[in-house]
Amino acid sequence: MIYREAGQFKTSYEADAAIFPIRQDRIGIAVILVLAYLVMPFVATPYIFTAILTPFLILSLAAIGLNILTGYCGQLSLGTAAFMAIGAFASYNFMLRVPGMPILVAFALSGGISALVGMVFGLPSLRIRGFYLAVTTLAAQFFIVWCLAKIGWFSNYSSSGVITAQEVTILGYEFVSPESRYLLVLVIVSLLALAAKNLVRSNTGRSWMAVRDMDVAAEVIGIRLMPAKLTAFAISSFYCGVAGALYAYLYLGTVEPEAYNLDLSFRILFMIIIGGVGSILGSFLGSAFITLLPVFLSLVVAFLETTVHLPLSKAITSNLELMAFGALIIFFLIVEPHGLARLWQIAKEKLRLWPFPY
Amino acid sequence: MTGPARGGGEVILQLERISLAFGGVKALTDISFDVREHEIRAIIGPNGAGKSSMLNVINGVYRPQEGTITFRGQVRRDMDSHEVAKNGIARTFQNIALFRGMSVLDNIMTGRNLKMKAGIFEQAIWFGRAKREELANRLKVEEVIDFLEIQHIRKTPVGRLPYGLQKRVELARALAAEPTLLLLDEPMAGMNVEEKQDMCRFILDVNEQYGTTIVLIEHDMGVVMDISDRVVVLDYGKKIGDGTPDEVRADKAVIAAYLGVAH
Repeated sequence: MIYREAGQFKTSYEADAAIFPIRQDRIGIAVILVLAYLVMPFVATPYIFTAILTPFLILSLAAIGLNILTGYCGQLSLGTAAFMAIGAFASYNFMLRVPGMPILVAFALSGGISALVGMVFGLPSLRIRGFYLAVTTLAAQFFIVWCLAKIGWFSNYSSSGVITAQEVTILGYEFVSPESRYLLVLVIVSLLALAAKNLVRSNTGRSWMAVRDMDVAAEVIGIRLMPAKLTAFAISSFYCGVAGALYAYLYLGTVEPEAYNLDLSFRILFMIIIGGVGSILGSFLGSAFITLLPVFLSLVVAFLETTVHLPLSKAITSNLELMAFGALIIFFLIVEPHGLARLWQIAKEKLRLWPFPY
Repeated sequence: MTGPARGGGEVILQLERISLAFGGVKALTDISFDVREHEIRAIIGPNGAGKSSMLNVINGVYRPQEGTITFRGQVRRDMDSHEVAKNGIARTFQNIALFRGMSVLDNIMTGRNLKMKAGIFEQAIWFGRAKREELANRLKVEEVIDFLEIQHIRKTPVGRLPYGLQKRVELARALAAEPTLLLLDEPMAGMNVEEKQDMCRFILDVNEQYGTTIVLIEHDMGVVMDISDRVVVLDYGKKIGDGTPDEVRADKAVIAAYLGVAH
């Protein structure tokens, strides 16, 4: 009864095509934005900023990137982390080699570099699909990270392989405190998420989905497969590149190839599977879920050890996370392949009718 | 019956000596026929006669080894589907080829992708031309939705619709492109009588109101004989008959191959 659009009449196609056509959704998103922008900076502790909120937002951005490619355009990629690494290293080199480079411009340009590389690695998608494409993106993952580690120029011939990221300064303000870093990430992620939502509801997004769902039919109504797939690769890699730069500059504080290994790619893939394939909201839900799961599990372990006095060996506790991940992935693939976003959709449909069954 | 105004126009599609083979299998051999402006042209024939291959040749999915296709005075040999669509040819498929993950509205909007010119950055900020185009095209799509009487399902994901409605949405998607020539591959397959009648009505209305030329493949002889102006009959990749429904019905070779010989 609460969630019902009765009485909300749309009198223009513009109103009908809005991102949130239903008033309750608009209120919901406004509450979330107020919480994120106005409440969180005052209530959260530095630990929450650095360990939960900032990585959650950055990984959401990477998940949006992967979702554009895999969820919307249907091209499975296992190379997400590699494109993030490109973003991080490109930012590092722009800041290092171009005097007076503003950091935000460096982030945007590094996204562009990542997009170019993404398009190159997207070329095989014109001939191969499915698992075979996944394998070529896997090759991208190993090749790119290997290149960044082996070719000295990228890391400015650093001996340790771990470089400290330059300081993030915008108009003289240094982003050092956890909450300032969080807010900067929040602004960038909200803007890019909005852009992604706009893209997927316009012609580009429909072309991607058409290619995903039925490529022959897409071609016959005039969508060219090559540009559609390559823009998906480019936009996806742009998002991943920016996310990678943010990850290095505002989360890790270091630029190193090892941070962008296959594990991270898989984590982001899990995010979109659990959150919802083909959903911008799902990218956030999945990212929140996977960022919070380890925190939740450690609380459970602590509870079991202190309150129940259940002796858990170190081996079990350290692998608990992996086991939970595995179980959840299998669960979601079988029960709800469209993830949390779909569950939310179903909940909304139920809420429209509640308290009546139909 | 068909009036003289319909089907009496100029030839807009001319197929000459089309041959198509897949390896050693000859799908089409030496087929020539024409389609006149504003007519409803049926292609019939037993299973495997090459009807769908013929449509695939017309809209560029397959490239024939031999023969030429002239569409609106333009001769083409090699043309991909994208260019064919740009030239104003749209089609539906034998097995429903909708985009299952999208809503009815989005599916039909996809049919108008060629009319949208806004760049990717404009679309990302949903501003200026991108927004204007989106709304202007939505208006056109709504006209098609009204025309095909599918207003009530516009926000439904197509995967949830019954078969008959999916077929109608597919027709809507093709119509949204405002084609000059519409190719329909078994638009009435698997429908009950009522749905067939609806579909016939829509096809005739499209032909009449928009002046769209229609080439259709159909197995229901009653339908074909009723709504088409001229019929091409294929068998084993060869043309065995061509003419008005009455001529075709009387043709000995056609009767033998397709309609059956009385024993």
